[in-house]
Amino acid sequence: MSLIRDNASVLASAIAEGEVSSEEVTRAHLDRIAAVDERVHAFLHVDSDGAIAAAKRVDAKRAAGEKLGPLAGVPLALKDVLAMKGQPTTAGSKILEGWIPPYDAAVVERLRAADIIILGKTNMDEFAMGSSTEHSAYGPTHNPWDLDRIPGGSGGGSAAALAAFEAPLAIGTDTGGSIRQPAAVTATVGVKPTYGAVPRYGLIALASSLDQVGPCARNVLDTALLHAAIAGHDARDSTSINAPVPDVVAAALNADVRGMKVGLVRELSGAGYQAGVQQRFDEAVAILTELGAEVIEVSCPHFEYALAAYYLILPSECSSNLARFDGMRYGLRVGDDGSRSVEEVMALTREAGFGPEVKRRIMIGTYALSSGYYDAYYGQAQKVRTLITRDFTEAFEKVDVLISPTAPTTAFKIGEKVDDPVAMYLNDIATIPVNLAGNCAMSLPIGLAPEDGLPVGLQIMAPPMGDDRLYRAGAAVEAALVDRWGHLLIEEAPAL
Amino acid sequence: MTSISRADVAHLARLARLAIPEDQLDHYAEQLDVILQSVARVGEVAAADVPAMSHPVPLLNVFREDIARPGLDREAAMAAAPAIEDDRFRVPRILDEE
Repeated sequence: MSLIRDNASVLASAIAEGEVSSEEVTRAHLDRIAAVDERVHAFLHVDSDGAIAAAKRVDAKRAAGEKLGPLAGVPLALKDVLAMKGQPTTAGSKILEGWIPPYDAAVVERLRAADIIILGKTNMDEFAMGSSTEHSAYGPTHNPWDLDRIPGGSGGGSAAALAAFEAPLAIGTDTGGSIRQPAAVTATVGVKPTYGAVPRYGLIALASSLDQVGPCARNVLDTALLHAAIAGHDARDSTSINAPVPDVVAAALNADVRGMKVGLVRELSGAGYQAGVQQRFDEAVAILTELGAEVIEVSCPHFEYALAAYYLILPSECSSNLARFDGMRYGLRVGDDGSRSVEEVMALTREAGFGPEVKRRIMIGTYALSSGYYDAYYGQAQKVRTLITRDFTEAFEKVDVLISPTAPTTAFKIGEKVDDPVAMYLNDIATIPVNLAGNCAMSLPIGLAPEDGLPVGLQIMAPPMGDDRLYRAGAAVEAALVDRWGHLLIEEAPAL
Repeated sequence: MTSISRADVAHLARLARLAIPEDQLDHYAEQLDVILQSVARVGEVAAADVPAMSHPVPLLNVFREDIARPGLDREAAMAAAPAIEDDRFRVPRILDEE
């Protein structure tokens, strides 16, 4: 076996059987990070000592005959937007440089309880605002498929860590596509669970009505195992859904789409989608049909306005959420020389601590919420949000899942769109509707675009609490492709 | 529909507590204008009688049993403070001197 290339479920079995120790697996990943991360820059912080100590505890548990969980002893990369007690947590921002959270996020508690080994914190666009990880205050992450290209965003660090074999599991967060688009452009798997399925306690908020924590891995089954480890009700999050978690692991093992009704969203393909993306998507549709699914075309007419509604709702919420970064109780403080008022110090601190994209979105949100503009901008966007949700509801009366390409293009070059916000926002055109409605969705790799040899993702969408459908359909497509290729697509990534 | 001026950016920056330097106001004005023009498309949708949606799940007050339980201790809560005085967060003056 290969300690860094094997999937999480394989590693967990080997650890449980005593074929290898968690410490050996963890050290192999730390060595890999030391060897390649200077070029990839997936991690902002590596907690070697903590990871090895945690691995030793798992090995001791096993030696004592304790029963281990399905991912016990397997390493994971954690997006730097989740609070982890005693470890730096920056959300990719200078305003939180050096901040050490005094508590664990709910998801971190659950990872620890599942004996999953947290290797460190991964790079991201500042406060998760971006589609390329170029808006990190700590420099961009590089796509392991081509180091001159972006790994997607905002969770580019987590996706790149998987694709560079620095970790077999990762945690992301998805507000408008920040798990799915990075998965698509790195040939990895990522799921945005149903809104409210995974607790947000300890997640640094971007847009609270859209943010959702989710699992990332290199195959569908590993993603399902991680999903099961982090999902479920938590009373500390008032939007957490108090209902049983769908059995996503059974669905991933089932992998049968015979009789499943699949809706191809007319508005999410065609014009604006790269030719090779469209080609691989059309092939995935053919695979679903061959596997016995019934694919029909459905129309969601208001999706055309999703991007515009999202880029009003998100800035409005973030302008309010980010008001907490005022330099008074934690984080950066600038200009406090005794001569300045608290307001001046706040303004200087925020100017120095936030990057340009964060400032743009805060100002857009401030504008959209201000007197005289509220109805035309934020109010109207909320109404469009209702119409988009109704489009989904009507579509799911006809089909079990919806599909589209995850992103309109493959990974673009670092620097290409960094100062053109509207061009950057178009990356999220297919992923955003799901966040607005609170549905769940998966991205999984379906091939390389012929024109540039870069990965393409298939997006599968399901209604709220229908997360198991994603895994059933995703695992079926993955199995068919592995049959065809003889391996997962990620195996074709260039050696680093 | 919109045209954001340099003065508008200065006003928004003041509301948002961002000390944007003078020499960057024009650049932000240009970018915010492009963004606002593209998102103004939401106005094309006829939605007068459509209810607004703030959240994907119903927002209800959630109560727990009124039982005392430990919170963060003072040392942990203050550990990341930029400035401390007498076990409290020290902040710049909040009132003018006169």
